[in-house]
Amino acid sequence: MATPILKVVGLKKYFLSSGGFTGRNKQTIKAVDGVDFEIYPGETVGLVGESGCGKTTVGRTILKLYEPTEGNIIFEGQDIAHATKDEIYEIRSKMQMIFQDPYASLNPRHTVGEIIGSPLSIHTKMTKDEIKKEVQSLLAKVGLNPEHINRFPHEFSGGQRQRIGIARAIALRPKLIVADEPVSALDVSIQAQVVNLLDDLQDEFGLAYLFVAHDLSVVQHISDRVIVMYLGKIMEVAKTESLFKEPRHPYTKALLSAVPIPDPKLERNRERITLQGDLPSPASPPSGCVFNTRCWKAKDICRTTAPELLTVGSSTVACHFPE
Amino acid sequence: MPILIQEFGFSDRPMNAFLEVRNLSVSFPTDDGLVQATNDVSFSVELGQTLAIVGESGSGKSVSNLAIMGLHNPKSTNISGQAIFNLETGPIDVLAAPEETVRKMRGKTMSMIFQDPMSSLHPFYSIGNQISEAWLLYNDAGKKEAKARAIEMLDLVGIPGASRRVDDFPHQFSGGMRQRAMIAMALINNPKLLIADEPTTALDVTVQAQIMELIKNMQKEFNMAVILITHDLGIVAEVADDINVMYAGRLVEAGGVDDVFYNSDHPYTRGLLASIPRVDSFHGGRLSTIPGQPPSLIHLPSGCSFSPRCAFADHVAGNKCQTTMPELTAKAPKHLARCHLSASEIESAVKKGVGA
Repeated sequence: MATPILKVVGLKKYFLSSGGFTGRNKQTIKAVDGVDFEIYPGETVGLVGESGCGKTTVGRTILKLYEPTEGNIIFEGQDIAHATKDEIYEIRSKMQMIFQDPYASLNPRHTVGEIIGSPLSIHTKMTKDEIKKEVQSLLAKVGLNPEHINRFPHEFSGGQRQRIGIARAIALRPKLIVADEPVSALDVSIQAQVVNLLDDLQDEFGLAYLFVAHDLSVVQHISDRVIVMYLGKIMEVAKTESLFKEPRHPYTKALLSAVPIPDPKLERNRERITLQGDLPSPASPPSGCVFNTRCWKAKDICRTTAPELLTVGSSTVACHFPE
Repeated sequence: MPILIQEFGFSDRPMNAFLEVRNLSVSFPTDDGLVQATNDVSFSVELGQTLAIVGESGSGKSVSNLAIMGLHNPKSTNISGQAIFNLETGPIDVLAAPEETVRKMRGKTMSMIFQDPMSSLHPFYSIGNQISEAWLLYNDAGKKEAKARAIEMLDLVGIPGASRRVDDFPHQFSGGMRQRAMIAMALINNPKLLIADEPTTALDVTVQAQIMELIKNMQKEFNMAVILITHDLGIVAEVADDINVMYAGRLVEAGGVDDVFYNSDHPYTRGLLASIPRVDSFHGGRLSTIPGQPPSLIHLPSGCSFSPRCAFADHVAGNKCQTTMPELTAKAPKHLARCHLSASEIESAVKKGVGA
């Protein structure tokens, strides 16, 4: 098997809450609590889970936008978990990010040319003319008009802005892109366009994606493998097809059954597992298996012992009683 | 040409549906020109039924319902048409009625829940306070009684430990619980119509499933009419009886849920259904897309608003799509679409590989 481009081992990211008005109630929020996975070159790994499960934190920590609390982030054989700023500078050109909100992630005072050109002027020795040419070819690549190089973000629609963000992310020909909910702010008819664009760019540049999203139908479409997270921990990892056909973890099963299918006849006869209650607070996660408070299969062992990630069939599952 | 409810294809329904919206148009004058947000929209909703209004942002789905609730600022909005509630006491057209009458109907006859439960709750007042305020508007009772009623309502919408949580503030509730509290507030006066504007868009799928189930149960319990505004066709398939598809301010297709999903007669609806990936079928290939983007509501394209993005437009003789806005016509019983092509013409074009 090929060597992974990114290997994450025992990654933890704890945040300290401010402790409120008096500062007395400081709590440790275990946003990511011991996560292992790897991403291979050219692969798309979907990372799914409810809000607050730590999926965005994982994405941001491997890009070193957050300093990890513990663990290793091995990118192309080099552990960058505690790398210095200068070392990160080099690596940033190989790892880029696409953000959720195309309105907040582009500087409104910069032209499209400046936005897409800035990684080039920071990381390469290209001249102004070369940068301009490159930006125009990038614009064409993401399906925008190269003549719009001097326009400002507000002159574009949401879908077009997301294309600008994508052009910026691929400008340095990175090897890995962390895409954090890249289509969830877009209209349905535009989502499909952007998903196809990401697909095409992957084929062209051999990109690996970590695709962080809560929309399981999009994740299923784009991913080769899927990681399911719950309360800072990985519940299940599997190839996309087997995860969606044969979910092994009760949480994965519940998550899948909650996704509505655009097919009225099917919906009418569908058995749905409705999870009771809300996600527990990551400040005080349940003991044992973190999912035990909402799991219909939970027994005593689930409340005392946290299950290990073990291989069951074609999946890797952290559950005492996998399906 | 105005389309009357009778011509609407629903003629075998009782003449007076609970809510009849006729030729509703809403526009906003702006510095750049007139924004025609909703254009000549007619539909009706029965008690106990769910009508889903589907469309992209800017298609006019929220604007038309805010007009029914009387929530537009009359100074900056032009509204025309009728929205008639057929009440036991007689019909009331909320678009023509005095502000005072509409205000008294809000909450009691019609109620609305919004997408973002955090910004629709007041952060300074406790949940119980806000819910009982809604009840006290229509009931001459003491605070104690109102609070008891709020607890009862919170319990009904599934807040665990309602009597304890009633004094909590919105920030102490999770997103799903806030939406439940909003529903409790909207339903405390037993309204006959609930307008739910993207009620689950801000929520996780697991919580979304809980909230949709709650809305369904509440609908059964109170025999309400529900208008569900959403862009998620999965939710529509789950709960809707009828569907209105809107594009660029106009109704482009209307019909029963099965008709619209399995025999859609408008190219936009077809494109929309084809472009969404489904969790139950894995194909990995490219998603089919609708090219281009929704038009500006100030400068609508001539002819059919969808024609610049429509794969079928070339199959209509004489550039008709570029010059003439099609009427909303019945393509089948109880199934309307705004397209120059007939259902069979669309079928035969599809067989030739159009829109695939």
